[in-house]
Amino acid sequence: MNHSISLTVNGARRDFVLDDPRVMLLDLLRERLHLTGTKKGCDRGQCGACTILVDGKRINSCLALAISHDGADILTIEGVARGDQLHPVQAAFIAHDGFQCGFCTPGQIMSAIGMMQEAQAGNDPERIRECMSGNLCRCGAYAGIVDAVLEAQAGVDETNQRRSA
Amino acid sequence: MKQFDYVRPATVAEAVAAAAQPGATYLAAGTNLLDLMKGNISRPDRLVDVTHLDGLDQIERLADGSLRIGALVSNADLAHDAEFAKTYPAVAEALLSGASAQLRNAATVGGNLLQRTRCAYFYDTASRCNKREAGSGCDARGGENRTHAVLGWSESCIATHPSDFCVPLLALDAIVEIEGRNGRREIALDELHRLPGHTPERETVLEPGDLILAVRLPPAARGFAAHARYLKVRERMSYAFAIVSAAAALRIEDGKVAEARLALGGVAAKPWRARAAEDVLRGVAPTADAFQEAAWRALADAKPSGDNSYKIELARRIVVRALTLAAAGTPARIPALPASPFASTSGAIHA
Repeated sequence: MNHSISLTVNGARRDFVLDDPRVMLLDLLRERLHLTGTKKGCDRGQCGACTILVDGKRINSCLALAISHDGADILTIEGVARGDQLHPVQAAFIAHDGFQCGFCTPGQIMSAIGMMQEAQAGNDPERIRECMSGNLCRCGAYAGIVDAVLEAQAGVDETNQRRSA
Repeated sequence: MKQFDYVRPATVAEAVAAAAQPGATYLAAGTNLLDLMKGNISRPDRLVDVTHLDGLDQIERLADGSLRIGALVSNADLAHDAEFAKTYPAVAEALLSGASAQLRNAATVGGNLLQRTRCAYFYDTASRCNKREAGSGCDARGGENRTHAVLGWSESCIATHPSDFCVPLLALDAIVEIEGRNGRREIALDELHRLPGHTPERETVLEPGDLILAVRLPPAARGFAAHARYLKVRERMSYAFAIVSAAAALRIEDGKVAEARLALGGVAAKPWRARAAEDVLRGVAPTADAFQEAAWRALADAKPSGDNSYKIELARRIVVRALTLAAAGTPARIPALPASPFASTSGAIHA
């Protein structure tokens, strides 16, 4: 039996016909839309390489049935920059060497963007490490990742201060 | 993953009818179920997707002082609800000590209650497991069993229930609202999960088609906000299941314990309420000696199921620490490392 679903992916509406309900969001993004920035690491919800935002919240796309997310608004790593202008979190990862091989990086960046929107960690490195524990980095770039998040968060805090001043 | 039919019911009644069929199971976020299906551990013929049902994602304060948490509220939304975290701090801390931020954003209240054990032999389809395949045997019993049960286990199964959330919920007398083929009913959370006995494949008292609609905290649960903690020992600081955990909640009046609540996680096939320990604390001063006595009573029936006798002493010490920290007072904010016994928290006294 075929199932029709529609998603908003990086701002554009996309319609799909699924001939098999077993498709995960991760595989739909990679195989049907060729958005291969979202990585398949463990495929079991343990490494965080597949992190995307669904309706503004970070989740593991490897453990999310596409068919169950009919109507969802999805943001992937391909949708965070504005043209050639990097997202502040992307720029901060480059500035602080927040990666080595880069495989986990899209998931790290999407997770960091989601975490900053959750506003639970603020600029506390210990809380940032805890709130990013769902993203593994086998190269061990954690120190740079935390520094990058701290810089991006400082940018957000500065903007908020300027707005309230 | 085995093929399955996908059904998206429009109402609770349709969901119950669809899920009552043989081979059917409910799908919420799927953070545990889809993982089990990828490994061929769970092989449902039909998934009944309840995530689009209306009205199950609300947190409601009821007129009598109860709190009603819809089954589809996410673990993160509940833990981050400021009023909830202030009123039921040990529950919020337990939620935030579980899984990762990504999983907490997806995972639901109902799904957390019904998550399956993380016993490695349950997950390994080449191993014998009475829970996965009734009557096949238990390879955990003579295998790697450092993290397995020390209370309520049987020769058929020594697996533990992995939920953190359930532990303080149990301490606070949570009630589970269920819709089934014969209408609505409610049971105490303590009655939801079964001990293994000879039938470890039957993990809960739920019947085919039964759908958890909500979890309710009774009015008395509000009385412990000032003295409540959840502590959890795990093999790494974050993103790991409990080896042993404890939820402690006290009502202290005039320097005495008016009422104590204590539950343990990671020790049995169900979250474990320690009523004998609660009884010994009633009416006494919250002292180290009293907490030691409570810890002995909480683990009085414990026995190792393998290479895990250390868990009994560990559980005693975590009970004492959790009670000590609860007596010192709930921290103003959930610690940076939720539920960690290694975090530096003001008022911490080593047990």
